[in-house]
Amino acid sequence: MSGSENILEIENLRVHFPVKGGVFRRAVGSCKAVDGVSLNLKEGQTLGLVGESGCGKSTLAKAVVGLVKPTTGSVRFRGKEVLRSGRKSLQEYRRVAQMVFQDPAESLNPRQTVSAIVQEPLEIHNFGKKSERNERVCKLLEQVGLPASSGMRYPFEFSGGQRQRIGIARSLALNPDMLLLDEPVSALDVSVQSQVLNLLMELQNELGLSYLLIAHDLAVVKHVSDMIAVMYLGKIVEIAPAQELYSNPLHDYTKALISAIPVPDPSHSRKKIIIPGDVPSPINPPPGCAFGHRVSSARYPESIGKTLRMEEIEASHWVLSCPCCIN
Amino acid sequence: MTSDTRTDSLLRVKNLSVSFSSDEGELEALDAVDFDIKHGQTLGLVGESGCGKSVTALSVMRLLPRPIGKINGGSIYFEGKDLLKLTSDEMRQVRGNEIGMIFQEPMNALNPVMSIGDQVCESFQLHQDISPQEAWQKSIEMLEQVGIPAPENRVFEFPHQLSGGMRQRIVIAIALACKPKLVIADEPTTALDVTVQSQILDLLQSLREKIDSSVLLITHDLGVIAETCDEVCVMYAGRIVERASTRDLFANPRHAYTRGLLSSIPRLDGDPKTKLAAIEGMVPSISELSRGCRFAARSGSHHSREVLEERPPYIEISPNHWVEACPVCTDP
Repeated sequence: MSGSENILEIENLRVHFPVKGGVFRRAVGSCKAVDGVSLNLKEGQTLGLVGESGCGKSTLAKAVVGLVKPTTGSVRFRGKEVLRSGRKSLQEYRRVAQMVFQDPAESLNPRQTVSAIVQEPLEIHNFGKKSERNERVCKLLEQVGLPASSGMRYPFEFSGGQRQRIGIARSLALNPDMLLLDEPVSALDVSVQSQVLNLLMELQNELGLSYLLIAHDLAVVKHVSDMIAVMYLGKIVEIAPAQELYSNPLHDYTKALISAIPVPDPSHSRKKIIIPGDVPSPINPPPGCAFGHRVSSARYPESIGKTLRMEEIEASHWVLSCPCCIN
Repeated sequence: MTSDTRTDSLLRVKNLSVSFSSDEGELEALDAVDFDIKHGQTLGLVGESGCGKSVTALSVMRLLPRPIGKINGGSIYFEGKDLLKLTSDEMRQVRGNEIGMIFQEPMNALNPVMSIGDQVCESFQLHQDISPQEAWQKSIEMLEQVGIPAPENRVFEFPHQLSGGMRQRIVIAIALACKPKLVIADEPTTALDVTVQSQILDLLQSLREKIDSSVLLITHDLGVIAETCDEVCVMYAGRIVERASTRDLFANPRHAYTRGLLSSIPRLDGDPKTKLAAIEGMVPSISELSRGCRFAARSGSHHSREVLEERPPYIEISPNHWVEACPVCTDP
């Protein structure tokens, strides 16, 4: 999975949170939110990350921008390790890697004007004079399709879709190279969702941005991504080019996930694979393959005690080699 | 309208208008909403947030927040009796017993300090004349029916001990406990993951067949509609703009809003990275609704003054296909 033009390389990243218990609140266990994830994002491309809630998608994104501290593993941006570097280079990394959050109502300060919100990153990074900053804010608002006059207003005066545009404008303020989009459209209605997706695709073309897109809506992910990674209980189970993943899913979980998407066409009769149960707890995961355990696969015992590895089955189509989930 | 004479309707909502009082005056939430549900049918109500889907459901249950929510006109007939004319006591006998309701967010619909068994038991004890022991036994059976493993132990647990999907199963168990004739499901799967969503939709479908009830399914997901509903009503800004059988609506949408909604969904078989069709602008605010065609501002086509001032008629454009006939937005 190597290429010279990778903008982001995540290697064997683990984020384990301690679970505290007892009178002295000592660590009695750990929640393996992200458990050995390796991913590469190519320059100018979109990598989609899908999975059910609680599988560790958001924790992974937070670890990549340094909002939570990973337990082990490395994150390299254009070949340079970022997480264990000094303050200066971390600040520079945070300029080029920006994040757009899921719920725009909660990620914008309700007591700041839009202009103050979009300007804040510029102030932190000492960008230009005040007049230059104001000019930059007007330009950014225009770029995301908001009237320049909206700078004087407050977030509550805007609809959900417009608020998400403000969040995008803020993330673009410092001319980043990479955006981490954590469920950017899941709080929006369909008609508005497509407006925001169109905007994101336009910005990518114009500015040559790379995206790490986290979402649970597979149709959305497929529409905008080049590569897609499927995550299950802290681990990546399959990575493939978008088209390939849908036409030829190899892991049983990917197959089930794809078949569960409701198709907006009443004449379409799909074969649904219904997965019983829920995602197991990452605090106390089953000893073998977590998905084989959920569907009580007959071959589940074979996976106990085995170290599962990602294998490249076809060109750039990687899958977790688990005996009970792959035919 | 000829449908008044239909005798096979279980629920008949006629010209229902609802408003909310606020600082800005009376805000119109529903404007003469009109539909019916036949026996054994699943009717979908689809639209964007704020279009009045949930207000419709709450009006049928007579659960509008008082005193700000008011029903200004229209009637709701359930098996021939007008729900709006019942006393509170009579209405309480209908709720949960004849009409069950499934809410969107199971964590908010369940009582966090009551055991699951007690919560399911409650509906049996309120509506059926049975002993507490029997009710308890029936609750366990009900939980088994909705697919809760080891229900005899689970009844002692509390909502926080269960996952989202399991909680929604409990809500379904409560709603269906008394075998209601009508189940109103308000976004039953919106808070859930796709894999759990398909479990829950399957469960709803099979239970519906088992107890032979009708369903009013409220959702914003056209994929869910396509898979579960016999008929669909598309709502926009407090009005039903189009109504047809599911197949007819998807194959042959007549209103510009329906067409816009259908084409803005990203599809798995679509061309990747192409520009998605989007409906420009946003849903008008409830305080600035016009009398005429409400989709005018977003339709991208010019509306004459008359069209903006007078409500377009709601007509049957082809057999069983109703549409708000705006001269601009509707395909003749």
